[in-house]
Amino acid sequence: MSLLSCNKLEIKIAEKLICQELSLRINAGENWAILGMNGCGKTTLLHSLAGLLPSQAGDILINDLNLSQLSRRQVAQQVSLLLQHQEDYFPGTVLEAVLIGRHPHIKSWQWESDNDKQLVLEALQLVGLDDFADRAILTLSGGERQRVALATLLVQQTPIRLLDEPVNHLDIHHQHEVMKLLSGNSNDIANVFVLHDVNLAARYCDHALLMPGNGETIQGACSEVLTPGNLSTLYQHPIKEILHQDQRLFIADSH
Amino acid sequence: MRPLSFIIFLAILSLCLIITSLFIGSVPLSLQTVWSSLFESNVKGSSLIVSELRLPRALAAFATGALLAQAGALMQVLVRNPLADPYILGVSGGAATAVLIGMLLGLSSAFSLTGLAFIGALIAMFLVFVLAHQKGSWTPTRLLLTGVVIAAGWGAAISLILTISPSSNLHGMLFWLMGDLSYSYSVSFAFTALMIGLVLSMLLSSQLNVLIRGDKLAATLGINLKQLHIKIYILASLLTAAAVVQAGSIGFVGFIVPHLIRLAGLTDHRVLLPAATFGGGILVLAADTAARTIIAPQQLPVGIITALIGIPLFLYLLQRDAKQ
Repeated sequence: MSLLSCNKLEIKIAEKLICQELSLRINAGENWAILGMNGCGKTTLLHSLAGLLPSQAGDILINDLNLSQLSRRQVAQQVSLLLQHQEDYFPGTVLEAVLIGRHPHIKSWQWESDNDKQLVLEALQLVGLDDFADRAILTLSGGERQRVALATLLVQQTPIRLLDEPVNHLDIHHQHEVMKLLSGNSNDIANVFVLHDVNLAARYCDHALLMPGNGETIQGACSEVLTPGNLSTLYQHPIKEILHQDQRLFIADSH
Repeated sequence: MRPLSFIIFLAILSLCLIITSLFIGSVPLSLQTVWSSLFESNVKGSSLIVSELRLPRALAAFATGALLAQAGALMQVLVRNPLADPYILGVSGGAATAVLIGMLLGLSSAFSLTGLAFIGALIAMFLVFVLAHQKGSWTPTRLLLTGVVIAAGWGAAISLILTISPSSNLHGMLFWLMGDLSYSYSVSFAFTALMIGLVLSMLLSSQLNVLIRGDKLAATLGINLKQLHIKIYILASLLTAAAVVQAGSIGFVGFIVPHLIRLAGLTDHRVLLPAATFGGGILVLAADTAARTIIAPQQLPVGIITALIGIPLFLYLLQRDAKQ
């Protein structure tokens, strides 16, 4: 049984074909990378998998249950999504902002318990924001705000995590900390990362889905799919591979 | 617990203010007169001022402010803008147009004008709802723009009615437009609306906490956006309509009060909503008490006082936000 799968999925948005006949099996313990150029539909695909956008044909299954037959709340208990942009119009503390991640697990008349608050504090510690619980959300930097969003996702405690550019706004140290945190020791969790950095994908993911932008897709194990040939076609830019201490590194070649 | 003690403080302040307002006015009353009018069965003379005039008016003022502040807090979440006002979607414009048409046709009983105001408010909210909600796509911006344009339309209709009205009617019409509590007679209606509204909005409050962090995030956290939007819209509009029926259009209360409560650090809607309810009541009651004493025995429309408090405060908050 796959945690998240889709059969012959077709997604179109504003007459643009994002994918066609896409079939995926994402199992517990796997880390997937979605790669492609700007505007090829990586985010649209991710939002469709989370049930936020409709698909034109095919099925999306969560634990073998059809996504379209689950309530929003049931989906939220299984699938979390890290958004590319965080919207803040209202004041509030970091603690309050992260606590809403517990919403799918709390009944509407219940208040968050001490246990929920403890989970928040632990999540803040994991993303390196130990003393930030009482900080005002509107005073954070872009990178700090991104890590607050990550903490919110962590306390949602879902087996399926969809992450749209999780390292957005982060410095190189925090990029690796976050990728390690999300991809490491997750035997009952499946992650799907949208990434722009091929080397992060090669290092932290085991599977990749390439989206060249014509509705076609290429998928497979990273070791097979991430080749200079595939990547050069994908990004329409010459990319070469170098080996450094048994690690494959991809760099953009100058024309 | 800090938020709870803040709400209790506001509740006690409300009670003190209601009692104080009974003594203040064009005729100063002694403690004994007020006491006897409240607790003795055989009321006559100056005691009637309290039981027939001041107490109903104080309660009407309090309920109106509470309704407006609650509607404001909800409307701000709906259009995702902490400076939105319950009147911004044209609810009061529709009510005012209906009432002015009634006055123009010679209606004068409080009952018929109240009924007209309510019908006008409902027509206005229905119009915005249908126009902004086509095809199920409902962005805060679209809702806001539709409301503002419709409100401008009501403004034009109001000007037209004022132009063709006989001058004998104009004074009453203008007072109504500026917000005036001297015509409100249905205190029990206002309090019923207030209580029902508070219970319903408290049921939504934990979802509001999620919704203020953005539509998409709320959807990923299990919220049915379309349903929640419609619930907030209908609730906020009905609360606004109930307030308009009481006192015409009283501006600024609905945006200032929730904003001040947020500034005081209460950003969780489960405590913000009750706090705003008391805060709105306090503000309009204080403003109305001032409105009927400043140039007594003449009375000012309470909307003028709330505008005098609201405009500088709004500008100050904008300046402060810009500096941050």
